[in-house]
Amino acid sequence: MSALVEFRDVGFAYPRPERRRAQRFAFDAVSFAVEAGEIFGVIGPNSAGKTSLLRLLTRVLTPARGDIRLDGRSIAALAHWELARQIAVVPQEAARPFPFTVEQLVMMGRFPHAPGRFFESTEDAAVARGAMAATGTLPLAALPLEELSGGERQRAMLARALAQEPRLLVLDEPTSHLDLRYQAETAELLRRLNRERGVTILLVSHDLNLAAELCDRLLLLHEGRVAKAGTPAEVLEQSLLERVFGARVVVDKTASGRPSVQLDWAAERR
Amino acid sequence: MTDRRRLAWALGALMVLLLAFVVAALFVGSAALSPGAVMRALAGRAERESVEAIVTLGLRLPRVLVAVLAGGALAVAGVAFQGLTRNPLAEPSVLGVTSGAAFGVVLAQILGLGAGVADAVAVAAFAFGGALLAAVSVYLIALSPGGLAVQTLLLAGVIVGIFFSSAITVVISIVDFNRLGGVIHWLLGNLAPVPAGSLALFAALAAAGFALILRSARELNLLALGEEAALQLGVDAERLKRRVFLAAALLTGTVVAFTGPIGFVGLIVPHVLRGVVGQDNRLLVPTALVGGGAFLLAADTLARNIVAPAELSVGVITAFCGAPFFVWVLRGRSVRPA
Repeated sequence: MSALVEFRDVGFAYPRPERRRAQRFAFDAVSFAVEAGEIFGVIGPNSAGKTSLLRLLTRVLTPARGDIRLDGRSIAALAHWELARQIAVVPQEAARPFPFTVEQLVMMGRFPHAPGRFFESTEDAAVARGAMAATGTLPLAALPLEELSGGERQRAMLARALAQEPRLLVLDEPTSHLDLRYQAETAELLRRLNRERGVTILLVSHDLNLAAELCDRLLLLHEGRVAKAGTPAEVLEQSLLERVFGARVVVDKTASGRPSVQLDWAAERR
Repeated sequence: MTDRRRLAWALGALMVLLLAFVVAALFVGSAALSPGAVMRALAGRAERESVEAIVTLGLRLPRVLVAVLAGGALAVAGVAFQGLTRNPLAEPSVLGVTSGAAFGVVLAQILGLGAGVADAVAVAAFAFGGALLAAVSVYLIALSPGGLAVQTLLLAGVIVGIFFSSAITVVISIVDFNRLGGVIHWLLGNLAPVPAGSLALFAALAAAGFALILRSARELNLLALGEEAALQLGVDAERLKRRVFLAAALLTGTVVAFTGPIGFVGLIVPHVLRGVVGQDNRLLVPTALVGGGAFLLAADTLARNIVAPAELSVGVITAFCGAPFFVWVLRGRSVRPA
């Protein structure tokens, strides 16, 4: 395996605090690598820098220091459409109000493959249909996005990302609006994409157990620094989690042999 | 139906409508010409100095061309501003861009610029400058870290519009009335025939603005997702915004330079078209060009005939249609949960 994404000593600070927070958030000397073909999870408390990391990776933000590389090339040298051919993002929440239909939304994923084209080709339409079929959104194709439930909207956003045919799929809290059944289905879909199409997946999540179950390796962020990187068993370790999250937890093992983390309610109450 | 076919059908239907309005505009007017006389003039078989030739070819036909060009340009500018601001109420006159352009034209007229083609270039440049200044001001006033809020944007447009209108009033007050010529009439928006050379310039500038916006139509669709999502889908959002801003200001400035400030075309036409072709800017931009032309031509034909033999300014007609329309759209938005 070789590194698909590499953060080298990346530093970043918001020019002014977005909201009035006590401490101004800064990213400080973050280095890690995502190997091609793996499922990689980024976890950490609120405002640990998870979303900033994602924005840096997609060039919405520019690092103040260090370098971010995709396949050995600095992403600063890539045009936005070149980057979008390789990296697709499933955001936490779709923009609202958004007047387009699901099919139109998914077709937008084809933009980076021919940015100069006015209408999408029949091949583009076929890829979009495939993406909708894979996410179970084909029956919703003609509906305006505004009429969907939160879960349906999230699956539509996933379909759009798949239509980009990316090498790296980045998901920001992918299951936050999904009920249990769709959580399981989404997890299975991600596994299948990873196994069958070789899509590398970068998952940003609050859900430690989803990350533990799905990911080959985890990156734990704390106040803009890497607290730990490694396998779920190495990272999801009780004393480390308690220090980073500031809460008492119990780490157990699931039937699949992966760690599972629960809040220690009894200890918290004492 | 594929997008391509839907576009072809919509364009075809609008062309038929436009053609019908062109025919009506050529045959109807305060000079009582028989249809046969108009036909003779159009076919080139009338005497050069005859009444039918002068009225049909010298007055009505150029006026039809100006109306179609101005209406198309304003409607396309409306689609562009709506896409940029993600707000269906954004429109050159609502955003104060028209007033900015008008101020530019009034300045140019004080400088004594006349009707020749070279002067027309300068007047258009002044109008473009004014339009751009107003558009950028509105944008910067309304911009906040969270994006462009609907209410703030509209208020910013109103404020900038009032500012430039006041500036125009000041200029008119302090300058010798005789040097202003037809400024007052022009300020109401009127489609007086434009000399052939200036008309060609008008067409060329409008075509440039239209081409830029048409080229950006697909990217404008992606911008509806928000700037961050558009970036992540491969759109260079900053460049796109700059390009569309320039093009929309060019369209507005050009129309104002040649016809005066005409309001609400960019609001009414795109809104009606959305009901027909949907939200896709690739369908909206070309249909707005034809639909806007048809709309303004119909409004002008009405303006010419409703109080004949006197004449209303076409801007009065569009404002009478546009104001209630604006309220209707605004109310429709506020009832729907955001």
